[in-house]
Amino acid sequence: MIKIKDLKKSFNGKRVLDGVNLEIDKGKITVIIGRSGEGKSVLIKHIIGLLKPDSGQVLLEGEDLTKLDESEWNKTRRRFGMLFQGAALFDSMTVAGNVGFPLREHTNLDYKDILETVKDKLKRVGLVGVENMMPADLSGGMKKRVGLARAIIMDPEIVLFDEPTTGLDPIMSDSIADLMLDTQEQLKTTYIAITHDILLTYKIADKIAMLHNGKIIEEGGSKDIKETKNPVVRQFIEGNAEGPIRVY
Amino acid sequence: MREFLEETGRKTRTVVEISGQIGLMLSQALMWIFVPPYKWRNIIKQMEFVGVQSVFVVVLTGSFTGMVLALQSFEALKRFGAESMVAPTVALSVARELGPVLTGLMVAGRAGSAMATELATMRVTEQIDALTTMAINPTRYLITPRILAGILMLPILTIIADFVGIIGGYVIGVKMLGINSGVYIARTVDYLTFGDIMDGLIKSAVFGLILTLSACYYGFYATGGAEGVGKAATRSMVLGCVLILASDYVMTSMMY
Ligand SMILES: Nc1ncnc2c1ncn2[C@@H]1O[C@H](COP(=O)(O)OP(=O)(O)OP(=O)(O)O)[C@@H](O)[C@H]1O
Ligand SMILES: [Mg+2]
Repeated sequence: MIKIKDLKKSFNGKRVLDGVNLEIDKGKITVIIGRSGEGKSVLIKHIIGLLKPDSGQVLLEGEDLTKLDESEWNKTRRRFGMLFQGAALFDSMTVAGNVGFPLREHTNLDYKDILETVKDKLKRVGLVGVENMMPADLSGGMKKRVGLARAIIMDPEIVLFDEPTTGLDPIMSDSIADLMLDTQEQLKTTYIAITHDILLTYKIADKIAMLHNGKIIEEGGSKDIKETKNPVVRQFIEGNAEGPIRVY
Repeated sequence: MREFLEETGRKTRTVVEISGQIGLMLSQALMWIFVPPYKWRNIIKQMEFVGVQSVFVVVLTGSFTGMVLALQSFEALKRFGAESMVAPTVALSVARELGPVLTGLMVAGRAGSAMATELATMRVTEQIDALTTMAINPTRYLITPRILAGILMLPILTIIADFVGIIGGYVIGVKMLGINSGVYIARTVDYLTFGDIMDGLIKSAVFGLILTLSACYYGFYATGGAEGVGKAATRSMVLGCVLILASDYVMTSMMY
């Protein structure tokens, strides 16, 4: 469904993406792993047009997204949803205001219908009776759930997840993983997640790709990755300080 | 010498770059004014934030300024035996100059820096990116209503400042300095023209544009986490105040 071709991006002369090639399959969960600061967020921001590459392409069903202008993007972006690393909820709005925001801006539904849809989506992420709370009063895990509800409120075809479990305890992480599997199952949405949470990765991924030094150095199913001989990938999945990747 | 030239060059480039970015932001924000549908709720919320919540500080500054002007000018005018001229001195200074300028500076300090803080927080916590991913244009949603609110509310606040300033002058002039009340009012009405007040209000609309634009600029392009948020607030206030005073000089010299 999405094909990333030789994507390159530098910031102030520092190369972050150095020719990324990756295929993302429709209706599957693709997980991109890599160390902190490797450019995972930068990569995902190229998929949804928050950043423009220096060179390379991001093809969505054959159409090069990097060539779109703002008005074309506005149409294409409605096919996407995104959950941000810190959930990125709007501080000035209640939970219901946040989750219903895309509906309010892009549809003619009236207040009652929007609230109905919002409650339904919140229930699907396991939250009941929080509609009138403010984001500042939510725990980290609840914020992620609200962010997920907001990301899927318009029933997008593709959802991007930037570190869906970072900063959560293992039990909460696992329940987010379950939620991702549940919500993905229902509509057969295409999910793309970036993370360094290896447990989450094994649990949800149909396909795993590892980003290292600005390139995808290995890709495959959970089984392929677990059995890989690539020493860099081995070091990452086993969490060793010793190995080819040097820790400064 | 070379170092000095290089430093100057760098500074000049930054100034040119920032002016360019601010100009671009302004033109995009203004363009969205003419594109329906209009988000009234957003505009009204910002007008309330810039306007209603600033009334208190503006009343305070306005009245004290009028009072102090009366005292100061009385000292000077007494020497020419022209005590009753305190009235037009206060009225003209407030309407033409101090009303708009002090209102602009106070609102830049209060609403401008709060605006920069809010936008910068939205930037560093990716809320602005979130808007973009939801196919909402952040300039249209965040910048246009704020700039409009500044342009519309500053003249209203200035009218309030002018009014309480003149009242403050009257109270001091009449109750404390013993100028005849009827004479004070007559002198004020004689000398203060509609044009004086209008000149002040035009200035204040420009100040409203300046202070919201500089808040939006530093907030919108903030980087670097919590520290960046603080920097955005300070910088926007410094730039806002300097530009208000500089543009005040330019406009005043054009208006005479
Ligand atoms: N807008 C930007 N301007 C300049 N440099 C940037 C920008 N965005 C990212 N970078 C740099 O790109 C590199 C990769 O950042 P990125 O946020 O993609 O890492 P990451 O893999 O998501 O890490 P983490 O797991 O910590 O979120 C970092 O060195 C960062 O400083
Ligand atoms: Mg990241």
